[in-house]
Amino acid sequence: MDGLHDMGGTQGWGTVEIDPNEAVFAEEWHGRAFALSLASMGISGTNLDAFRHGQERLHPLDYLSNGYYGRWLACAEKLIVDSGVLAPGAVEARARRMRGENVEEPSDVEVRKPQYERGGAGSLREISDKPKFSVGQSVKAKTFRKSGHTRLPAYIRGHAGVVKAIRPAAVLPDSTAHFTGEDAQNVYTVEFTSTELWGDGAEAATLFIDLFETYMEAL
Amino acid sequence: MTENPRPTDYPSPQLRVEALEALLVERGLVKPEMLDGFINRYVNDVGPMNGAKVVAKAWVDPDFRKRLIESGTEAIKELGFEGPQGEHIVVVENTATVHNVVVCTLCSCYPWPLLGLPPDWYKDPAYRSRVVREPRKLLGEMGLDLADEVEIQVWDSSAENRYFVLPNRPKRTEGLSEDELAAIITRDAMVGVAVVKVG
Repeated sequence: MDGLHDMGGTQGWGTVEIDPNEAVFAEEWHGRAFALSLASMGISGTNLDAFRHGQERLHPLDYLSNGYYGRWLACAEKLIVDSGVLAPGAVEARARRMRGENVEEPSDVEVRKPQYERGGAGSLREISDKPKFSVGQSVKAKTFRKSGHTRLPAYIRGHAGVVKAIRPAAVLPDSTAHFTGEDAQNVYTVEFTSTELWGDGAEAATLFIDLFETYMEAL
Repeated sequence: MTENPRPTDYPSPQLRVEALEALLVERGLVKPEMLDGFINRYVNDVGPMNGAKVVAKAWVDPDFRKRLIESGTEAIKELGFEGPQGEHIVVVENTATVHNVVVCTLCSCYPWPLLGLPPDWYKDPAYRSRVVREPRKLLGEMGLDLADEVEIQVWDSSAENRYFVLPNRPKRTEGLSEDELAAIITRDAMVGVAVVKVG
């Protein structure tokens, strides 16, 4: 989907500083949110791609407001509620009660975890399809726009590059995130010049990005 | 597809973490000790010290360096490093004329088995947005000024391959042991926003 999460090349974010003394978890709840998020995928019967898409589905204000672990926590809640393991509003109601509000907690709902075939653990798969593209071949990223999950960033779409490497085949996030199947396919690292991506006058640099085969077409 | 923003009196993440954990524990779906285990692992056992060992070994052992570049995942397993977000590790080496830097513009993918969890700057929208478009300027703002003749190569981790930078070994480190070398190798150098310095 087109959204705030697709940040490559967007402008107006200011600068960033390195804090050399940063703790792994700056606040205690960050660690708790991290651990609950890891657990949430198993509890909800979902997967890593669904987790990433869950973050994209947050309202932009909520995506930013509590930082990285804030969106992980919101996403964990979302996957667990989507699967019916907790009722909508259950976490909010409990949290309100914990701060002294007299609100009622919702009754449990029917559990409805996604039903889909997994081809194994993790995301990498052995497939029999031969790679459609070869190292050194000129290719173009497709221009599709979709409302669901994809890992083809907007700044790459429609641009021409050269295949740098063929990587291990992997499940297609666009399908896996929506539980419609795995569609495992070949993955390529593709090289783009900065002028191709950003136009004349762009700062000189080379950009490498990993693209699933279905994101690409021969040039 | 999306939802409306939360109301302004929505409970804080601190409270919601507690609420979510309590609800899941009550249903027998999670054990607090299991969550403690995840946290302890990434606070104490998995972090940039792992990556530093890999780099130090590559600096002193040319055969390991070759294996590391050819097949990163297998080479780091020799040192016992593997796990989530490390399914396929690709090591990219800096040279006198090439400087590599890693990002994930879409979320914040990062090679956990070698570097642990990503620091704030890596997750910052400014980093995610700018390093693919004006890397030299951004790196300069982050304290790394690269010579004009050095080509910058940016790696956007958009699939399940995880990129790891093998930094240049600084001069005047010939006398250092592998452990002493590991001690000077920083997380930031292994992501590519810094170089390794002595002293």
